[in-house]
Amino acid sequence: MAQDNPTQPHQVLLLLPSHCFTALESKASHKFHFLKAWDSPLPQAQFLQSHATSSQVLLSFPKETPITAQLLQLLPSLKLLITISAGLDRVDLAACRARGVRIANSSPIFAGDVADMAVGLFLDVMRKISAANRYVRDGFWVSGGDFVLGSKVGGKRVGIVGLGHIGLQVAKRLEAFDCKILYNSRKEKPSVSYPFYSDVCELAANSDVLVICCALTAQTRHMINKKVLLALGREGVIVNVGRGAIIDEKEMVQCLVQGEIKGAGLDVFENEPQVPKELFELDNVVLSPHKAVLTADCFTDVTDLAMANLEAFFSNKPLLSEVVNY
Amino acid sequence: MESIAVLMPIPMSSYLEQELEKRFNLLKLWTVPNKTQFIKDHSASIRAIVGNASAGADAELIAALPKLEIVSSFSVGIDKVDLKTCKEKGIRVTNTPDVLTDDVADLAIGLTLAVLRRLCESDRYVRSGQWKEGDYKLTTKFTGKTVGIIGLGRIGKAVAKRAEAFSCPIAYFSRTEKPDLKFKYYPSVVELAANCDVLVVACPLTEETRHIINREVINALGPKGVLINVGRGPHVDEPELVSALVEGRLGGAGLDVYEKEPEVPEELFALENVVLLPHVGSGTVETRSTMADLVIGNLEAHFLKKPLLTPVV
Repeated sequence: MAQDNPTQPHQVLLLLPSHCFTALESKASHKFHFLKAWDSPLPQAQFLQSHATSSQVLLSFPKETPITAQLLQLLPSLKLLITISAGLDRVDLAACRARGVRIANSSPIFAGDVADMAVGLFLDVMRKISAANRYVRDGFWVSGGDFVLGSKVGGKRVGIVGLGHIGLQVAKRLEAFDCKILYNSRKEKPSVSYPFYSDVCELAANSDVLVICCALTAQTRHMINKKVLLALGREGVIVNVGRGAIIDEKEMVQCLVQGEIKGAGLDVFENEPQVPKELFELDNVVLSPHKAVLTADCFTDVTDLAMANLEAFFSNKPLLSEVVNY
Repeated sequence: MESIAVLMPIPMSSYLEQELEKRFNLLKLWTVPNKTQFIKDHSASIRAIVGNASAGADAELIAALPKLEIVSSFSVGIDKVDLKTCKEKGIRVTNTPDVLTDDVADLAIGLTLAVLRRLCESDRYVRSGQWKEGDYKLTTKFTGKTVGIIGLGRIGKAVAKRAEAFSCPIAYFSRTEKPDLKFKYYPSVVELAANCDVLVVACPLTEETRHIINREVINALGPKGVLINVGRGPHVDEPELVSALVEGRLGGAGLDVYEKEPEVPEELFALENVVLLPHVGSGTVETRSTMADLVIGNLEAHFLKKPLLTPVV
């Protein structure tokens, strides 16, 4: 329930600073009272125990702050967690569920930028854009002649793993390139006409490209294993804009080195910022430092979404990006 | 037909060479030491030329080959073929339209994403170990940006179709307005450049379109604008482009073509907002094979006195 004391603006708890918050604070400091744990000389746990027992809303950037059961214990009044991310893999969802904490994330905002990254990586791998750019800059076009041929994108079968906000945006874009869309998801989606595969291995066997757009959960960890990669095959390409751990990275590296799959476009890795150095030798791999959402527009939009969710919560209106059935 | 002499000036496709050698007497000009002498020696027998984007048939070459009947280009752009002279002499000209439209449009979008999202640069960032020191900087969103297209023919329309899937409003400049299309028309390239975020060159190279991207257009596109050239190098005043990029008057560029290929202005190598490709617009295994089949098909049709498949003249 919203606080009903008009002299005290609605309180929002934050644990660590971020440049995303700076933008929000300047827009929203008159509407909300931001309780900043990092401003206090007290260690975090002590600060929360003495100052945050009535905090109802936590605004979090899970990349820095995992939301653990222990943390939630220190916030007995917590009703809403707003995360500036799409991924919830660093949030103890079971603990949130048990305490009846609602969650709003930033999926709808990120979807466009992440989908753009997925398509960009896919086009780069297929048409060898980064490799060709290196070829020109290293002087080989002059000395070595024509560059090698790439692969046509049109007509290729794209298997999307996870048809949520992001997966749907990837599908929409690649349809315009005449790709055939197939997918695997936790449940079949009657609202789309794309062929559904309940088994990700079967999806891989029927795809030329696999695009990983799903969440990292206990079920999806290492879901893309050696069996799936071999099913994808020697002409297959994998693109990952989800989380590194969805793919068995060691197996994928081996498959790439041995030519069991044709190429990969990767924005995420199992142990960022560590990247398997075998990949540095390969021209058929495009590497990106987890930046799918790192656009200036995204930051503005995510700030606006956080504000809108806060306003909705404090006026008892439906949240704009609530994660249901987490 | 094995006795018919077909001249190929430069290498362009080993598959095409193989297929030509099966059917004709293929003369590979790049393998001979004295090209001028070679032309003289074979001037009485050469009946066809297979050219491409880099080498075609100019007035001089046509004049040296009195038996020339057909020029079949392994490309859609035929700016390297002297069409006027061919028309006058009744020499047929064919190209490879449609089969490469998708690949070129795909590359235009690929280049746009690579420039705006700094894909090549951030790949380099990872490979050099810099990610361990900190995150890469913010890049620019593509979804929703206005895409301006010069030339709304096959390739231009295919670029528009793809950009629309990214919710990009489409604007264009063309020789004539196309009222049946719902895109915003601008009567001049400068106005188009001033009103879009990404400007794509997708028109044929003619006398009218040479240097269609000049200093005025580049300044209108501006410090946040991006130029994508998948047309021909001479569409762009290259020295002006280079100085605009170096000085920051233009936000970025994705180039597949240059005024004097394979030479690329070296000032561009240091710029992280530029992606440089070695004329690979139609460069996929699938499409080059289809293009080669079309060249062969046109030559066979001609020598069997059947209608040409894709005649220009």
